[in-house]
Amino acid sequence: MAEMVKKATRESFGEALTELGAVNPDIVVLVADLADATKVENFGKAYPERFIECGIAEANMVGVAAGLAACGKIPFATSFAMFSAGRAFEQVRNSVGYPHLNVKIIGSHAGISVGEDGATHQCLEDIALMRAIPGMVVINPCDHYEMRAAVQAAVDYPGPVYIRLGRLAVESIHHGDEARDFQLGRGMVLREGTDITLVATGLLVQEAVKAAQSLADKGISAQVIDMHTIKPLDTKLILKAALETGCILTCEEHSTVGGLGEAVASYLSEACPTPVHKLGVEDRFGHSGPALELLEEFGLTATAIEARVREILKK
Amino acid sequence: MDEQTRRQLKIAAAKIRLGVLEGVYSARSGHPGGSLSAADVLAYLYFREMHIDPQHPKDPDRDRFVLSKGHAAPGLYAALAVRGYFPESELCRLRHVGAMLQGHPDMKGTPGVDMSTGSLGQGVSAAVGMAMAGKMDSKAYRVYALLGDGESEEGQVWEAAMFAGHRKLDNLCLLFDNNGLQIDGPVDQVAGPGPLDEKLWAFGFEVAEVDGHDFDQLELAFDQARRTQGKPFAILLNTVKGKGVSFMEGQAGWHGKAPGEEQYQTAKAELEQALEVLENG
Repeated sequence: MAEMVKKATRESFGEALTELGAVNPDIVVLVADLADATKVENFGKAYPERFIECGIAEANMVGVAAGLAACGKIPFATSFAMFSAGRAFEQVRNSVGYPHLNVKIIGSHAGISVGEDGATHQCLEDIALMRAIPGMVVINPCDHYEMRAAVQAAVDYPGPVYIRLGRLAVESIHHGDEARDFQLGRGMVLREGTDITLVATGLLVQEAVKAAQSLADKGISAQVIDMHTIKPLDTKLILKAALETGCILTCEEHSTVGGLGEAVASYLSEACPTPVHKLGVEDRFGHSGPALELLEEFGLTATAIEARVREILKK
Repeated sequence: MDEQTRRQLKIAAAKIRLGVLEGVYSARSGHPGGSLSAADVLAYLYFREMHIDPQHPKDPDRDRFVLSKGHAAPGLYAALAVRGYFPESELCRLRHVGAMLQGHPDMKGTPGVDMSTGSLGQGVSAAVGMAMAGKMDSKAYRVYALLGDGESEEGQVWEAAMFAGHRKLDNLCLLFDNNGLQIDGPVDQVAGPGPLDEKLWAFGFEVAEVDGHDFDQLELAFDQARRTQGKPFAILLNTVKGKGVSFMEGQAGWHGKAPGEEQYQTAKAELEQALEVLENG
C-alpha cells in the first residue's frame, strides 16, 4: 500500500506527465506563460523539443494543439481553468470538440481555492462549459494517486479530455493500488451508507469522507462516491445509490449551475426521480482571501457538508 | 509558366467556379462571393502547388491546406471534387440533411479536408500547429491556410501570426484572399484591418502581394514562398469578390446568398461559356 501523500493535484499532474513523456514520444505540452503554476516545467526541461511556450495567447494555444493533434501528436494545452476552458471555450468547442481531436485541455487553479487572486481567476464554470461539448471527457481528480491514474487514462483515450487541477495541497485518500482500478466514467464508492449518498468530486471528496465519518458518530449513515469523471457520468452507480439511499447530496468546488450537481439531478429526474441537493458555489462570484478561509466562507468543507446533510435529513 | 499549364489551371478554376455555383444553388444557401474570389488560388494549390494524392488523403507526408475562411467551403469542396477526392455529384447535396458536405468544412467526414473550420481566426492557429508538428518530426511537408481579409479582424489571427513569426515557421504559408468586402460592407470601412503587408512584416513574415486571379503571378509568389527560409510567408491575393459571375462581382450582397433560378441560369451560362472558350479555344 502506498503512503499518504499531501500534494496539490497540479503537482501530481506535472510529475505523471513527465514520466509518461519518457515512454510516449507523441506527448506534447503547450503552455501560456504559466509553466510553473501548472507544474509542467519539468516536462519542458526533460523534453524541450516537445514543450511549446505559446505566450499569453490561450485561443491560439488551443488551435495550435488542434493542429498538432491533426498530425498525430497528443497535445496537453495547459493554463488556468479560467483561460483554457473559459477564455478559449469556443476554440475548444470548434477546433477540438467538433473534429473530436486528441487534445487534452488542462485547467489548473480551478475553483474558489485559487484564493487571493480573486474572482477573475477563480473559475467556477469550467465543468459546466466543458461538459456541454459533445464527446468531451471531463475529469476532476481528488488526490495524488487519482490524478496520476487520470493522466494515464487521458493519454490512452483517443479523443478530447478536460482535466481539472487544483492549486491547494491535499491529502491523498486513495492508494497506489487503488489507482490501478481507475476507469474513466466509473465512480468509486469510498464508503457504504444507507441514509444519504454524498456524490463528490475533486477537492470535496476528502471533505465528504470526513463529513461521513463524523456523521457516522452521530448515527447517520452516509455513502460516499468519488465521482472523478463528470462526463461520461457513471449513471449506473448514481442509479444504484439513489435506489439504495433515496437521497443525494452532490459536493463540488464549482458553481451549482451546470456542474456535477446538475449532471446528477438531470439524470435522476428522468431515470429515477430522487431528491438531489447540491452543495457548491451558489451562482455567485468569489473574491480574494486565503483559500482555506474562502472554502469555509463558501461552505465547501466537511463541516458544511455535515450541516447540510443534517438539515436535509431533518426535513 | 507555359501556355499549356496556364490553360489547364484556368480550366480547373472554371470547373471549380461551376462547382461553387452548383453547390450553393442546390443548397439554396451558402457563400458564393468568397468562394469565387478564391477559386483561382484553390486551383493553383490543388492542381500545381501542393504535394497531395486524392487516393491517399491521410498520407502523413502530404502538404496540408486549412480553409480558415471556412465559409468558402463551396470553393474548397469544388476543388476537392474536381481534383478527384470524391465524386462531383456530392456538390449537389451541399448542406443537405445527411450529406457529406457540411455548411463549413468537417474533417471527420470529408476526404481531403485537413481541418474543421468555420469560426473565423481558428484555422490559422491549427495550420500553425500542423507546421509545428512538421518541424518536430523533420517532415518536408508544407502547410497552407487561406484567410479572408475580413477575417483578419479576428484577434486570434494575430496571436497565430505572432507565434508563427517567433517560431520562424518557414513551412507555413498564409494566403489572404483580399476581396475587399465583408458582410457589413467594404473591409476598410468596417474595421480597417490593413495595412496587412506592414503588419505581417512586423510579425516576422515575408510578404508578397499579387493579383489573385493571375496564375503567372501566383506561381512567382508560391515559388518565392517555398524558397524562403527562416520565416513564415504570406501571400496577399488581390481578388474580386464573386469573380467570374458578372452580377456577383464586387457585390458584398453576394457574400452569403444563393442565386435564384434565373440568376443560376445566367451564372451557369456565363461560367460554361468561359469554360467552353478555354477548352476549345
